[in-house]
Amino acid sequence: MAIKQKLVFRFPPSVVEQPFIYRLVRDFDLMVNILRADINPDKEGRLMLELSGSEPDYRRAIEWLKQQGVRILNLKQQITWNEDRCTHCGACSVICPSGALELSRPAMTVTFDESKCIVCELCLKACPARAMKTLLEQAR
Amino acid sequence: MGIERTYEEINHKIRSGKAVILTAEEVLDLIAGEGAAGAAKKVDVVTTGTFGPMCSSGVFLNFGHPKPRIKMSEVYLNGVPAYAGIAAVDVYLGATALPPGDPRNRNHPGEFRYGGGHVIEELVAGEEIRLEAHSYGTDCYPLKKIETAFRLSEINEAVLYNPRNAYQNYNVAVNLGQKTIYTYMGILKPNLGNANYSSAGQLSPLLNDPLLKTIGMGTRIFLGGGVGYVTWHGTQHNPSVERGENGVPKTPAGTLAVAGDLKQMQRRWLRGLSMLGYGVTLQVGLGIPIPILNEEIMSYCAVRDEEIFAPVVDYSRVYPYREAGNLGLVSYAELRSGAVTIKNRQVPTASLSSYAGAREIARTLKEWISAGKFTLTRPAAPLPSVEAGIQLQALPQRNPDEGGF
Repeated sequence: MAIKQKLVFRFPPSVVEQPFIYRLVRDFDLMVNILRADINPDKEGRLMLELSGSEPDYRRAIEWLKQQGVRILNLKQQITWNEDRCTHCGACSVICPSGALELSRPAMTVTFDESKCIVCELCLKACPARAMKTLLEQAR
Repeated sequence: MGIERTYEEINHKIRSGKAVILTAEEVLDLIAGEGAAGAAKKVDVVTTGTFGPMCSSGVFLNFGHPKPRIKMSEVYLNGVPAYAGIAAVDVYLGATALPPGDPRNRNHPGEFRYGGGHVIEELVAGEEIRLEAHSYGTDCYPLKKIETAFRLSEINEAVLYNPRNAYQNYNVAVNLGQKTIYTYMGILKPNLGNANYSSAGQLSPLLNDPLLKTIGMGTRIFLGGGVGYVTWHGTQHNPSVERGENGVPKTPAGTLAVAGDLKQMQRRWLRGLSMLGYGVTLQVGLGIPIPILNEEIMSYCAVRDEEIFAPVVDYSRVYPYREAGNLGLVSYAELRSGAVTIKNRQVPTASLSSYAGAREIARTLKEWISAGKFTLTRPAAPLPSVEAGIQLQALPQRNPDEGGF
């Protein structure tokens, strides 16, 4: 059984030096497609990626990562769309590079497809009504 | 001789529940089937709507006096300065006002997280607003400083008074430059990366009455989710521009000044906005009913997005430096399709004005009228139209110390 998952790894400051990606490829035979990597204001490393491979390898890899202290989250929940704040202007639709935010026609309303979101965060400031939020902002 | 109706006849039908009302979008199918003459016979009122960022907006507030009294000369609402150069406890809070400590564009593009538009939104939502006022003290108004909090229901008056709303048509903004620019028309990516527009097109109030034959001073309207009135022509009102055969202007033209009691408006239709790298503003919901007095009025409401054209303007150079020329005209049908052709290239489009919001406003106004809650007003005076010969001025730039007129 093959598996393909979009995930977010969050590395506590103590483990950021380790070559996790190299190990995922070498020890677990997984394919890695990195979407984005950064260090957030809390000095925590954050990596957004797509992992694919066989299901047993994938499960072993996730188990190993957790043992190393890596927090693993579903990429889908990283950016949230506050529909109450959205005025459906559509200004986001030309800024979003992955087509996650689109203006659906003929309804002329904005739709957000989480599965297409690559967490680039360009929408956060491009939305005049500030209807897009990150998990990080919401936690505060 | 086609149908003729008076305001009185229309209002009589509204009160007796017999008026036929369609939105400016719904009426298009009827006109396609029966022509303007046929449609004019059947329809009494066409409703319009628009929901876009409108910077020339704000509220007049009267706080009532504290004890002892104060002549407020410097006023902040949630940290945002309001204009206090009028009577003792009257202020005007403008939509684009920023707190003195806001970093603006020092770290470009500035975020502009909070300002006048946001305060107005929170006011109308009934949230508590922090008020700080300073004064120099007089014999009749001794208090020199007050810090307090209030809600909209606790002050005497709050009147939304917008000097320029409901622009009749607008530019399509593009960027011919090499780097991203941040404008009141949104983020414009370099090398024609996107084209942003801001009009409800075929649903827009002034595009359905292009020569202002029914909309005038005193026209009752949907404003911010409540009832408001047209109070004057808007600032920069410019009816003398080039028009198509249908009377529709090909560039930004007419504007409206509008007012209404903030206390009966809704947060949903007054939204504080943050335009990256530009500033804050207010998104205003506005809708106007058009009385179908005759076939001619109906023929104006027949206008479709395919027949409304807007100029494409370069905001990297031409707009800011007042250079002449544009990149041609595009229709709102193309704009609303998601891409337009400019310089033989397909350019993705986005709107700053919410078409879905405009549609909902036109429908809401239709419901109000259908329910007999909202009747139409004959203007107390017309607004200046083409025959007024208005010419827009540029600001004189001369040495103020010379001259001696």
